[in-house]
Amino acid sequence: MRNIQFRQALGEAMSEEMRRDENVFLMGEEVAAYNGAYKVSQGMLDEFGPARVIDTPISELGFAGLGIGAAMNGLRPIIEFMTFNFSLVAIDQVVNSAAKMMSMSGGQFPVPMVFRGPTGNAGMLSSQHSQSFENWYANCPGLKVVIPSNPYDAKGLLKASIRDNDPVIFMESELMYGDKGEVPEGEYLLPIGKATVAREGKDVTLVSFGKMMKVAWEAVQVMQQQGVEVELIDMRTVRPLDMTTVIHSVQKTNRLVIVEEAWPLGSIASEIAYQVQKNAFDYLDAPIQKVNSEDVPLPYAPTLIQEVLPNAAKTLYALDVVLYR
Amino acid sequence: MKPEPHRSTTKLPTNPKIESPEEFSKEVYMFWYERMLLMRKFEEKAGQLYGQQKIKGFCHLYNGQEACIAGAVTALNNEDKYITAYRDHAHPIALGTPPRYVMAELFAKASGISKGKGGSMHMFDKAHHLFGGHGIVGGQIPLGVGIAFAEKYKKTHNLCITFMGDGAVRQGAFHESLNLAMLYQLPVIFVIENNGYSMGTSVERSSNVTALYKLGTAYEMPSEAVDGMNVIAVHRAVEKAAKKARRGLPSLLELKTYRYKGHSISDPANYRTKEEIATYKQQDPIERLRAEILDKQIVSEEALDLVDQQVKQQIADAVAFAEAAAYPQPSAAYEDVYAQRDYPFLKS
Repeated sequence: MRNIQFRQALGEAMSEEMRRDENVFLMGEEVAAYNGAYKVSQGMLDEFGPARVIDTPISELGFAGLGIGAAMNGLRPIIEFMTFNFSLVAIDQVVNSAAKMMSMSGGQFPVPMVFRGPTGNAGMLSSQHSQSFENWYANCPGLKVVIPSNPYDAKGLLKASIRDNDPVIFMESELMYGDKGEVPEGEYLLPIGKATVAREGKDVTLVSFGKMMKVAWEAVQVMQQQGVEVELIDMRTVRPLDMTTVIHSVQKTNRLVIVEEAWPLGSIASEIAYQVQKNAFDYLDAPIQKVNSEDVPLPYAPTLIQEVLPNAAKTLYALDVVLYR
Repeated sequence: MKPEPHRSTTKLPTNPKIESPEEFSKEVYMFWYERMLLMRKFEEKAGQLYGQQKIKGFCHLYNGQEACIAGAVTALNNEDKYITAYRDHAHPIALGTPPRYVMAELFAKASGISKGKGGSMHMFDKAHHLFGGHGIVGGQIPLGVGIAFAEKYKKTHNLCITFMGDGAVRQGAFHESLNLAMLYQLPVIFVIENNGYSMGTSVERSSNVTALYKLGTAYEMPSEAVDGMNVIAVHRAVEKAAKKARRGLPSLLELKTYRYKGHSISDPANYRTKEEIATYKQQDPIERLRAEILDKQIVSEEALDLVDQQVKQQIADAVAFAEAAAYPQPSAAYEDVYAQRDYPFLKS
C-alpha cells in the first residue's frame, strides 16, 4: 500500500468529495491562491476553480456564518480555520447558529457542513496559538467532533464528515500534516462516532485521540519492552463519544489511563472517567488516571512546554500508578 | 423531513406581483392593508396574552414597524429568501404563514411553526423561505450572506433579504458581512429596521455615526435611507435594490421606523417621552395607507371595515387554535437536534 502524508490524505478526501458532489465547496483563509496555509488544499484551486475553492479576508465570524447560511440553503461547505485558535472569533456562529439551527427551527433547517483545521500546540507558539478546544465543541449538542490521529483515519473520517448531514468540527494538527501513513488507492469511509482498538493488550487500557496518540504509542512501546501489554484505544470522535468500546476494554484489563492535550477541568478525559466509574465500577482494580496539559496557558520556553504538555514520561507514570508498579 | 400537513390549511392570498407600475393595483393596496392589520392585531393580542401569562419567555413586538416587511414582500419574487432577528412574529405572517401557527409557537405548542422549540425569537418557515428569527444581535447577517451565496452558487436569480435592527450595525458581524457580500458580489439586500433604539440605548448614544445607511458607503455599497413608516416607499426601495442584487450588487437600506412598544414586553420604555411616541403614531403606516386608499377611492370604507372584521376573526381563530393545541411530548427533546435520526445522546 502507498504511504502518503496526512495533509495529502485530507486533500484527497476533499477533492474526491468535490468531484462527487458539486454542492461541496472549500472556503477559508489562504485555501485557494496560496494552496493552503499548510498545503492541505494544494492544487484544488487549479482543479475546481475560484467558484468552489474560495479565499476569504480575515473575517472568521463572517465566513463561518456564510458557510452556515449556505448549508441552510442546500450547499455542503467545508470551512477551513487556519487554526481552531482563530475559531474563537467565530464561535458565536458555530455554537449559536450551526449547532442550534436544527433544534430551534423544529427540524426544518439541517446544517450539513464541516469546520476543519488544526488544533492544539504546534511547537513554540505561546499561549494564543496552542489551545485544544475539542472538549469545548464536544460539550455543545448539535455538533459532532472528529479528531483523527493518522492519514488513513483522516481521509476516511473527513469523507464521512463531508457527507454527514450535521455540522462536524474536524480537528487536525500542524504537527501531523507531514506524518506519513498507509492509505489505500480506493475509496473508503470510516464511521463517525466509533472508536477503534489501535493495539490489543490485556494488562491496561490507554485511551487517547488526535495528536496525543503519538504520545500514547511511545508509552505503549516502552511498556511492551517491560512486558506490559497495553490496549490502546483511539477515540477518533469525541462527540458522540463511543463509550462502548472503552468499557468493553476496561472490562478486560480492569485499568484505565486517558491522555488528552486539553486542560484538565471538564475535559473529554473527565467524562470518560465518569462514565467508566459509573458503568464499569466493579471491573476497576485501580482509580482511573488521566494525563492532561497542566492547568496553565502554554508558554513559549521549551522548558515550560516540557513541564506543561502531556508526554510519554507522564503517561508511563500514570500507567505505573494504575498497575501499582 | 417530516410531512407538514398544516401548511395547506387556512390559505391566505398569495403575494401579488407587479412590474414597477406607476400606480399600484387594488389587489396590492388591499394586500398591504390586510397583512399589516393582521400583523398589528396579532401583536396587540400577543401583548395581551403575555400579560395573562399564556405566552412566556422573551416577547418583542413589531407594532409600528409593519410597513418594513409588508413593503418588502410585494417587491420580491416567490423564490426569494428571508432572514431576520428576534422581532420576528410579523415576517412569517407577511409571507403567508397562517397566523395560528405563529401563535401556537408563542404558546409553546407542538403544532407551532418551529414545533414549540423556538418560541417568540425563532420563527422558521422553510415552505415560505423564512430562514428564521435569530436571537443573537447581528448573528443572522452572515447567515443571510451565506443564503445569498448559495443562490449565486446554484446560479438562480433569487436573492436573500436580510433584516436587522439598528443595534446590529454596531456588531462586527455586520461589517464583515457587508465586506464579504461586496467582495463576492452576492444577491443580498441588507435592511436595517431602524426603530431608534437598541433596547434602551438610542442610536445617538451608540455611535457618532447616526445616519446608519452611511455605514454601507465604506464598502462602496449602494445605500440609502427610506421612510419605513410608508409601505409604498419601502416597496420602491426594495424593488430598486432587488434589481441590483440580482446583478450581484448588494444594497443597504435604512428603513426609518418606530416601535410603539418597549424593546420587549418587560420593558416599560421609560427612556422615551409620550410626545415622541405620539409624533410617530401620527405617521402610523396602517392609518396612512387606509387614508390613501379612501382618498384615492380604491375601495369603500365599508370594504376596509370588512377586512378589519376578517382580521379580527383570524386572530380569534389563531388564539383558539393555539389554546387547544398540545405541548410537545417530552420525547421531542431528542428530536430535531441532529439530522441523524439515531444520534446516541450521552446520558449523565
